[in-house]
Amino acid sequence: MTHSHDAPGPARTATTPDTATATERVGFFTDTSVCIGCKACEVACKEWNAIPEDGMELTGMSYDNTQGLGASTWRHVAFIEQSKPLVERAEQQHQAEGEQEGADVFALAAQGSGSSELRWLMSSDVCKHCTHAACLDVCPTGSLFRTEFGTVVVQEDICNGCGYCVPACPYGVIEQRPHDGRAFKCTLCYDRLGEGQTPACAKACPTESIQFGPLEELRERAAARVEQLHRAGVPDARLYGHDPDDGVGGDGAFFLLLDEPEVYGLPPDPVVTTRDLPAMWKRAGAAALTLLGGLAAVFAAGEAIGGPSGPNGRRHLR
Amino acid sequence: MTAAPDGGRRRRKRRGERTVVPDAEFTSYYGKPILNTPEWKPLDIGGYFFLGGLAGAGSLLAAGARLTGRPATARAMKVSSTVAIAASTAALIHDLGRPARFVNMLRVIKPTSPMSTGSWLLAAYGPLTGAAAVCDVAGVLPRAGDAATVGAALLGPAVATYTAVLAADTAVPAWHEGYRELPFVFAGSASAAAAGTALLAGPVRENRPTRYAALFGAGLEAVARRRMESRLGMIAEAYRTGLAGRLMRSAEVLTAAGALGGALLGGRGRPLAALSGAALVAGSACTRLGVFHAGKATMADPKYSVVPQRERLRARREAAAAVDQGRGSGPPAA
Repeated sequence: MTHSHDAPGPARTATTPDTATATERVGFFTDTSVCIGCKACEVACKEWNAIPEDGMELTGMSYDNTQGLGASTWRHVAFIEQSKPLVERAEQQHQAEGEQEGADVFALAAQGSGSSELRWLMSSDVCKHCTHAACLDVCPTGSLFRTEFGTVVVQEDICNGCGYCVPACPYGVIEQRPHDGRAFKCTLCYDRLGEGQTPACAKACPTESIQFGPLEELRERAAARVEQLHRAGVPDARLYGHDPDDGVGGDGAFFLLLDEPEVYGLPPDPVVTTRDLPAMWKRAGAAALTLLGGLAAVFAAGEAIGGPSGPNGRRHLR
Repeated sequence: MTAAPDGGRRRRKRRGERTVVPDAEFTSYYGKPILNTPEWKPLDIGGYFFLGGLAGAGSLLAAGARLTGRPATARAMKVSSTVAIAASTAALIHDLGRPARFVNMLRVIKPTSPMSTGSWLLAAYGPLTGAAAVCDVAGVLPRAGDAATVGAALLGPAVATYTAVLAADTAVPAWHEGYRELPFVFAGSASAAAAGTALLAGPVRENRPTRYAALFGAGLEAVARRRMESRLGMIAEAYRTGLAGRLMRSAEVLTAAGALGGALLGGRGRPLAALSGAALVAGSACTRLGVFHAGKATMADPKYSVVPQRERLRARREAAAAVDQGRGSGPPAA
C-alpha cells in the first residue's frame, strides 16, 4: 500500500481544483483489516467539521461509546469481540504457503492462552455517498444535492428539518440534530475537497485504513487487497459497497470487512427505496381510482335504492 | 463463557405461522438498529396521514352529496375537508425541525420525493376545498363553488393516498415492503373516516350513501390490510405486537363496529348514526397511528432489516447457483 492518498490524482493541485478533479468521482475505501480502533478519524471529523458534542456514555459495547452514525457523529468506529476460530485456519494456511513471517505471529497468539480464539474487529463507518442516494432523492427542498465530486451533501441553509431523508437512508447514516431540527451527515469534507485536500478522517488515519481517492482507483486497490488477504489466509475478507450493480448502485465509500455486514451494524442487502417509486405511484393511482370509483358507486347505489327524502328532494346536476 | 461476549448478538426469531424466513438466526451490532429514526411525532405524522385521508375522501363525499341533492351533507363535508386539510398542513409544519422554513417545500418540484409532490398537491387542493366551503357557507359564487367542489373531489383521492407512498418510499421495512397494499389501506381508511364524519355531521335523511361509503371503506381497508400482512411475512409482526398491534386491533374493532352499526342502524336516528360515525373516525385514526408505530418498531429493531435482506440474498445466490449449474429452473430471485 504505497500509493499516495493525499492527492486523488496528479491533476489535483493544492488550492485550485481544476476541471479534471471537478468531474472525477472521489470516495473512501475503508480497509477494516488494518483498523486499530484509535478513533483518530472520529476526533478529526468532529474537530474539522465543528460538530457538537452528542453525549458521553459508557455503553459496555467493547471500546465503542460512540454507538452509531448520526447528526453529530459522521465517523463511527465499531468494535466487535468475537470468539471465532480464525487463528488456526489462518495458521494452517500460512504454513501451507510457507509464509514464515506471518505464521510466527499467529502461532504465538495460538499458544498464548486458552482464549486465543478471540478476535477483535474494528471498523470505521461513514456515510456511503451512494450512487443512487435515497436521502437525496426524497429530500423535498433540494437541500441535499450531489456535488461535482460525486458526493452527497446537505445545504444547511435550505434544510427545513422535515426528516424525510432519515428513514430513507438504508444505512441509518443521516439524522436530525436534536434542538436544531435540521439533518446532518458526512460531507466527505466538501470544503477540503474544494481546496484539493484529503478529508480530515483519512488524513488523520495512522494505518491507512481509511483511504481517500478517485473511486475507480480505490476499487482496483480494494480488489487487490482482498486477494492479498485471501492468499494470506484470511478467507473472511470481503468487500462491501464496492459493486456498482448492488441495490444502491455502489457506494462512494465502501469497505473491506472481515465478517458479514450486519455484524458491523451494516445492512446485508441495502436497496435505494426510490427504485420502487414508479411501482408505488402506480399502486397509489390504482388505490385513488378505487376510492373514486367506490364512492361514486355508493352514491349511485344510494340513488338506486333510496334517494334523498325531505324538503330538498332530488336535485341532479347531470 | 470464557470468551468475551459475541459482539454480533444472535437471536432466534419467534416461531410464527408464516415462515417466509426459514433460517431463524440473525446477527446485529449489539442489537443496535440498522436505520435511524426521524424525530417525527406520532400525533403530527399519524395525524397528518389521518387528516389528509379525511379531507381527501371527504371532498369526494361532498361532491357526491352535492350532485345527488344532499346539500346539508355536502356543506358539512366541504367544511370538514377544509378544516382537516388545514389541520393536516399545520401538523406537517409543526413537525418540521425548522417550521419557519416550511415554504422551502415549494422551492423545487421533485418527482422523486413524495413529500415534494405532496406539498404541491396540497398547495392545489387546499385552496380548492377552502373555496368550495367558503362559497357554500357564505352562499356566494355558486358556480365557482361547484367548480371548486368538483376540482377538490378530483384531487381528493390523490390527497388520501399519496401519504401511503410517502411512508412507503423509505427504507422502513413495515412501510416499504407494504407499498403494494398500503395505498389501499389508506384509501379504505380515508373513506371510513370521511363517511364517519358525514354520519356525525349530516342529517339522517341524507345518510344512505355515506353508510354505504363506510361499508366500502371498512371492507377495502380490511382486505388490503390482510393482503399486506400476508405479503410482509415476518415484518407483519410489527403490525401485530406492541403499541402498533394494540392500535391496529382497536382500529379493526372500531371500524367494523362503526361500519356495521352505521349500515344497520345509522338510518334509525341521529344518536345511532353519530355513534357509528364516531367509531369510524376513531378507527381510522387508530389505523394511521398503528401504521406509524409499526414503522417505528421496524426502524428500532435490526431484525426487520437484516432477516428479510439475508433471505433476499440467499434466494438470489440460490438462483444464481441454479443458473450456474445449468439447471436454469431454480427459485426466482427475490
